[in-house]
Amino acid sequence: MRDLRLWGLKKSPWVYHVAAASCNNCDIEILELLPPRYDVERFGVVLVGSPRHADALLVTGVINRKSLPRVLEVYEQTPKPCLVVAVGSCACNNHIFRNSYNAVGPYDKYIPVHAYIPGCPPKPEAMILGLVKALSKL
Amino acid sequence: MSVWLSGWRLVLWFVATVVVVPIAGLVLTWVDRFVSARVQWRKGPPFYQPFADVLKLLLKQTIVPEGSARTLFLFAPLLAFAGMSLVALILLSSNFGAVVSQRTSFVGDIIVLLYLFALVPLSFIVGASASRNPVAAVGASREMTIYLGYELPFVLALLVPVVKVAQRWGVASALRLGGLIAYQEQFGPFLYSISGVIAAIIILFTIQAKLGYVPFDIPEAEQEIMSGVIVEYSGAPLAAFRITRAMMFVLMPLFLVTVLWGGIRDWWALLKSLLIVVLVVLMKNTNPRLTVHQALAFFWFILTPLAIVAVVLSFIGL
Repeated sequence: MRDLRLWGLKKSPWVYHVAAASCNNCDIEILELLPPRYDVERFGVVLVGSPRHADALLVTGVINRKSLPRVLEVYEQTPKPCLVVAVGSCACNNHIFRNSYNAVGPYDKYIPVHAYIPGCPPKPEAMILGLVKALSKL
Repeated sequence: MSVWLSGWRLVLWFVATVVVVPIAGLVLTWVDRFVSARVQWRKGPPFYQPFADVLKLLLKQTIVPEGSARTLFLFAPLLAFAGMSLVALILLSSNFGAVVSQRTSFVGDIIVLLYLFALVPLSFIVGASASRNPVAAVGASREMTIYLGYELPFVLALLVPVVKVAQRWGVASALRLGGLIAYQEQFGPFLYSISGVIAAIIILFTIQAKLGYVPFDIPEAEQEIMSGVIVEYSGAPLAAFRITRAMMFVLMPLFLVTVLWGGIRDWWALLKSLLIVVLVVLMKNTNPRLTVHQALAFFWFILTPLAIVAVVLSFIGL
């Protein structure tokens, strides 16, 4: 039963894209995964419209006082097991907003993060690698 | 039902259709995704992809939103699944029964099928309204509007074969699927006449809308209302909705082949329905989404007059 469950999760990770106050660069690179050049639907990855359908949350952007409660709510609304992938340097370690008054720290202070993908923005190859690593952790 | 399809035969048929039709539907869903990928110059998912999706959803956590009508929320997907299972039983058994005994369909089963097809949009509306989500409420109202839109030309287009059979054999055999199939066996498919072609085109558009595919995927527009009617569904109920959709994806083309294109008599019927599936997928991939009032205007002011013309043509025997 557990094997079946793992197989299903690994073969069809549906992704929900949480754009929490990013500069939009990582978001554009995430959308770059879907068209023919990288075509992540080969691995069963589908971008879904609702966190209720998601198995993995791709969070982008530096987390701040305004976006923190929203991100936490989206995380709580996602059915478990759910992966969290921090996309971009801002999401991994605050990047250039390190000493900002409004940045309340990287995501792993609040929710478990399964993969960190550094880069400003990260390349689509790096994102696929990060997702694969997050899935192989399960 | 008739004498032939009763007792253990009925149970066996029901179990067979409930197992076979969803599997065929999931395979067809893969065909849909594969053809879409090829249209967009992508490679596309492997063939087991829909099975992995459904398996994952079945074994995942199910969240019932706070403040929702819990029973209705969880009951709606089952309602849709039950409706489609009955459609599968009636459609396949009357096709098969026409081969062996002429007796397996009952008078009025076309009307029963109409109501059973309506169970799917109904359960989407019920489930969305029970979920206490504003986005789902928008989706439910759109689903209702578009259902009112496509049902009118759909019923009128179904009148075409009924009128043709009724003129020769009387109303009693015209309202039976078995009667329609037997008529087509004797006089050739309805599709090979002017009114038949018009009716087939109208039913094709209706199939697109019933499946919720792109020009008419207004109730669950992902980019504007976050999957609309199914926004709050997760886990097993979502899987039930996906399986229901997959069953519709098999049954709607088979229904079109049954009523207009000669019935399911041989392997050619499967090829015909595969052709209809590919047509639907191509239509899905080459069209933008309409707004809800555009879709309603399309169904009421373009397709409905066309359907009335088809019915009049069938009255004068064309």
